[in-house]
Amino acid sequence: MSLAITKINPAFTDVMPQEYLDLVADGPFGTNKSAKDLGLFKELIEDHPLCAGCNLAMAFRTLISSLPAPEDTVIVGSTGCNSLVFPQLAIHNVHSLFGNQNAVATGLKRGLKLRFPDKNKDVVVMAGDGATADIGFDMTLHSWIRGEKITTVMFDNELYANTGGQESGMTQFGTVRNMAPTGKKFQKIQVTEFAKLAGCVYVAKLSTANTAKIGQCLRNAVLVAREIGPTYIQIYTPCSTNLKIKPADSVALAKKRVKDDYAFEEYMTAEAEQLLVASGAIKPKKQKDQADKA
Amino acid sequence: MSAKNLKEVSTEYMLFKAEREEQFMTGSEAVREAIRRSNIDMSIVYPITPQSESSHLVGDLYAEGYVKEYLRGENEFAVMSEVAGGAMAGIRMFTATCGPGTLRAFENFPMWSGARLPIVIAFMTRAINAPLSIQPDNIEMSMLLDTGMIMLHAENAQEFYDMLLMSFSVAERTSVHIPVGVFVDGFFVTHTRQKVKVVIEDVKLQGYDPAMSPTPTIDMETPPFRYMKDPFVMKSNYVSYAAHASWQQECMASIERARPYIKALMGDFIERENPGAPIQIVASGTAVSQSRAAIKMAESEGIEVGLVKIKSIRPFPAEEVKKALATAQKIIVPEFNRVGWLAREVASVIPNNDRMVKGPRVFGGMTMPPDVIVKAIKGDTRCGV
Repeated sequence: MSLAITKINPAFTDVMPQEYLDLVADGPFGTNKSAKDLGLFKELIEDHPLCAGCNLAMAFRTLISSLPAPEDTVIVGSTGCNSLVFPQLAIHNVHSLFGNQNAVATGLKRGLKLRFPDKNKDVVVMAGDGATADIGFDMTLHSWIRGEKITTVMFDNELYANTGGQESGMTQFGTVRNMAPTGKKFQKIQVTEFAKLAGCVYVAKLSTANTAKIGQCLRNAVLVAREIGPTYIQIYTPCSTNLKIKPADSVALAKKRVKDDYAFEEYMTAEAEQLLVASGAIKPKKQKDQADKA
Repeated sequence: MSAKNLKEVSTEYMLFKAEREEQFMTGSEAVREAIRRSNIDMSIVYPITPQSESSHLVGDLYAEGYVKEYLRGENEFAVMSEVAGGAMAGIRMFTATCGPGTLRAFENFPMWSGARLPIVIAFMTRAINAPLSIQPDNIEMSMLLDTGMIMLHAENAQEFYDMLLMSFSVAERTSVHIPVGVFVDGFFVTHTRQKVKVVIEDVKLQGYDPAMSPTPTIDMETPPFRYMKDPFVMKSNYVSYAAHASWQQECMASIERARPYIKALMGDFIERENPGAPIQIVASGTAVSQSRAAIKMAESEGIEVGLVKIKSIRPFPAEEVKKALATAQKIIVPEFNRVGWLAREVASVIPNNDRMVKGPRVFGGMTMPPDVIVKAIKGDTRCGV
């Protein structure tokens, strides 16, 4: 965007809300801020209404503060707990229907490309597991199969949190939930595998056990989607409200799941890796291995 | 003629001044000719009979350079969401569907209106399952009446062509800025050849200007940057309820505000024949053509019958219809659907409904022989009561 749109008409300064003034004076637009700068700038989310200890909120906050170009990003959400954050967001964003987020993102991305052929306009989808892998799964997959240059982020809390904790396709096998009174009868959907098969060129699976990594992966995913093709990030965000655990214990649960069955996974095509190395976002593999050993 | 060399003109010039030539074409081909002149940015489509051919032809326009972007989506629900995404990004969109496709897409239509998206969509109406019927029937119009879109019903390919050309200008007015559906009775209009006067000058409509949108375009170029489309209000308090209610009232009001723009481009909302006749037929779409034939047949038998043709279903010409039927003693409403939605609309705006014969109705693919309408005129209760 032209940063001029953040300028406030002097005649209106005295009636603008303080948080808007703060965003203009001290926001992240055009400054290349990231999650590690949290606390040092005015964030783009204002007073979200999610539950205390909500892991989705933690992930959301990290994602938004890690966008490589928030001033040229539009975000598409979907119905669910996460949709309650969107009205609090200082980035152009869309809530359309439940499940159609990747379809709306397709039209948006192509429309923005027609209007601004020489600019990067990042389109990022952020939605829950129900929206991404159940009600909207056909549109998620087809947007990937078509090679749409968008980033899709799934908040995977393994249930329908906002409607009261029902089973979703991402619920683990055997788990008892509302609408699965005797336990879930089929396996958790392997969406990361679908993503690779459907043509995503960058796929990451991680959790709120490591928020710094969420920021890095989001940055990678957006940069790759901009240049090459669809990217997908799946974040385990346990819902303490529906799991009926103490909010303070939710990160410990995420850490446990990382050990058990939700370990960090990152996949990228050779082309995506080349791009990320060239842009300095990641180190070349050899160098990275050495760094890890050290 | 090249797609690149078309001169941009106003809708008024396109409709009333541009040089035309009479050609013999199907209704689907009339869509192609209208879209050729409409300067659309993108079309996203999905196959369904009898709509498909028109969307193939829009695809041909894309291949020729008249349309900038075009794709086949994965199903109608997705397509209408993709079309919404394009409109939110500030480009001119066109799509088409019918019957089962309309219902598959349904949740999108009130969203289009609530998000103030000026999408133009053609509906080539078709019967709805079950049982499966790939035949003409316009029952889907009944279901779309309250989705918040403007609804124009064309009688023939010529009207279809002109209504499509005018719709972008109506939809995109700042004070309107809601979707426009242009309806024809599928097969009868799409798959028959008719004479259509089409523009042959090297002109196209002026492009869409996203700055004219009453709500910000989602491009991070339009202030305020803190903006959600379409904003929902989920708090349980009176301010939230009032916000939702007033937003939807505003969408309804924008349909009403479209009246002068529609009238300037389409003419009167109703057309009349034999206005003084004691028996009046009220119809829209191809039922109008069948009614004209019926009127001639009745005339040959010495029965004087008039016609009120309704071209705009939303906004509905309530006052015009009421006035046109003020002295009618008998009102016949022939329709191509099971439910008689036009009869309901008419009944809701005129006094003394016992004057009405709500029929004849044919559906599921049947044709409507004019003599069936004549029988209704003569009081045969098998042809409408």
